[in-house]
Amino acid sequence: MIWNAHYECMGREELRNLQGERLQAMVEKVYFNVPFYRLKLQEKGIEPGDIRTIDDLQKLPFTTKQDLRDNYPFGLFAVPQQEIVRLHASSGTTGKSTVVGYTHNDILMWSEVVARSLTMAGVTKSDIIQVAYGYGLFTGGLGLHYGAEKIGASVIPISGGNTKKQLQLMEDFGSTAIACTPSYAAYLGEALAEEKIDRKNIRLKAGIFGAEPWTEEMRAQIERLLGLKAYDIYGLSEVIGPGVSMECQCQKGMHIFEDHFIPEIIDPETGDVLPYGELGELVFTTVTKEAMPLVRYRTRDLTRLHAETCQCGRTLVRMEKCVGRSDDMLIIRGVNVFPSQIESVLLEMSETKPHYLLVVDRENNLDTIEIQVEVEEQFFSDEVKDLEDLRRRIHANIASLLGLSASIRLVEPGTIERSMGKAQRVVDKRKLK
Amino acid sequence: MIIKQLSVFLENRTGRLTELTGILAENDINISAFSIADTADYGILRMIVGRPDAAADVLRKNGFAVRITDVVGMIVPHKPGGLHKALQIISDNGIAIDYMYAFASGDCKATVVIRADSLDRIIEVLQEHKLELLQAGDVYQL
Repeated sequence: MIWNAHYECMGREELRNLQGERLQAMVEKVYFNVPFYRLKLQEKGIEPGDIRTIDDLQKLPFTTKQDLRDNYPFGLFAVPQQEIVRLHASSGTTGKSTVVGYTHNDILMWSEVVARSLTMAGVTKSDIIQVAYGYGLFTGGLGLHYGAEKIGASVIPISGGNTKKQLQLMEDFGSTAIACTPSYAAYLGEALAEEKIDRKNIRLKAGIFGAEPWTEEMRAQIERLLGLKAYDIYGLSEVIGPGVSMECQCQKGMHIFEDHFIPEIIDPETGDVLPYGELGELVFTTVTKEAMPLVRYRTRDLTRLHAETCQCGRTLVRMEKCVGRSDDMLIIRGVNVFPSQIESVLLEMSETKPHYLLVVDRENNLDTIEIQVEVEEQFFSDEVKDLEDLRRRIHANIASLLGLSASIRLVEPGTIERSMGKAQRVVDKRKLK
Repeated sequence: MIIKQLSVFLENRTGRLTELTGILAENDINISAFSIADTADYGILRMIVGRPDAAADVLRKNGFAVRITDVVGMIVPHKPGGLHKALQIISDNGIAIDYMYAFASGDCKATVVIRADSLDRIIEVLQEHKLELLQAGDVYQL
């Protein structure tokens, strides 16, 4: 099934023409409405008229997450605030989040791409879909919600957590599809195995999972535990949220909705554009978004693109599962974490040295994070209650900044290895590749 | 009257305590008494040693986090009710004890090491009740 065959199966040349037209209009719009972009284009000596076709895309400067932070909160919006109907935000360093805005049309476009995504997973108006992504500032919940409603499916907006209730509604309502993070799907699957629920009452057939890295082994495990077919969905709030790309029934990579989001693969060191099939950093230019258009936004995700027409009939480019990041960002339980954020918390607390080690692991399909922190001798108390209090305060400060519960291990001063060059701050034991 | 106690932060690692006792042995420092407060990840070793300042220096040089804490050594008769009587005096005076540990010295007496916020008050009330206190000079040679 294809939701919008006109765009999803468009000839590559026709698509390139469409992208060129939309790009031209978008560049003109940001040039006149967003001072940040005007300045950047002027620095490169580019005027809107210089961008005529999709081949001119490479002339444009990159935009980075730092640019989004520098323009916090609304600096990159291309429309007056009156036009904004929705705001989402993701976690960011030093307490500042990345804010994204949507106009009414943006919400319609987002619903459209999520509708296409759900259709790829076989979801129709006859389905009952349990949206177990978090609802709120995170784009997962509401993104899937609107797309599912556009299709006409029956939406259960249960949000994340509350596992017993999830299983109960899954049984009582007869949910046929579920959307959540893959780690939560695996957790639900294990909980289902423990509950005394008759498997005949579970009618799930499709799962739409994303927002964090996962493996083929996890896919097989989730499919076995929940008795469904698991699909990978990709997105990032800066670009739109979930629904930037999605796996079709062929599961040969995720189709990028190129009529809205133009992908490029670049060499993260030089910024040079790489041909299809080569591994590099994924870059997106949004050509239809009104509230916050992005020009060549560097996602930091590393992947490859393939442009051959898919067996499903779609001509849209397919991206492979991301193999890593070109920066030091970690995705832990769906939360973006930069080691520098942990460092800033510790620096603010005078008791600890900025020497720390993050140990990330995955136990029972849930990410765990341990932060080893050196205790400064001058603040070392010989009373357990004081040290435990210190541990609790570090835990609380990390939780309030990152929304992540980390286990804190206090270690002796000098025991975390010092290195001359880039400090080894992270040990990631998760085996995802 | 106030005694210097050495407190050392120790991670729960096999052999870590042995490293510490080895360093003290090499430097000819005697341990008179000690206790360990343990948690899942780490422990706090508290000890009364001969030459506490020298001991602290040498441990720091070897990378340990060390702190010198003031404590009181209270001597009680090594017989039933001996500890109870002393503790009764302390609690009757509304003094909270943070932690304590004890060692018997063989001459029908036991020494109890006490850490509290109001050490001066403890010394005062124990002296009022004629309880014997360990002198700094004695203790380091125990």
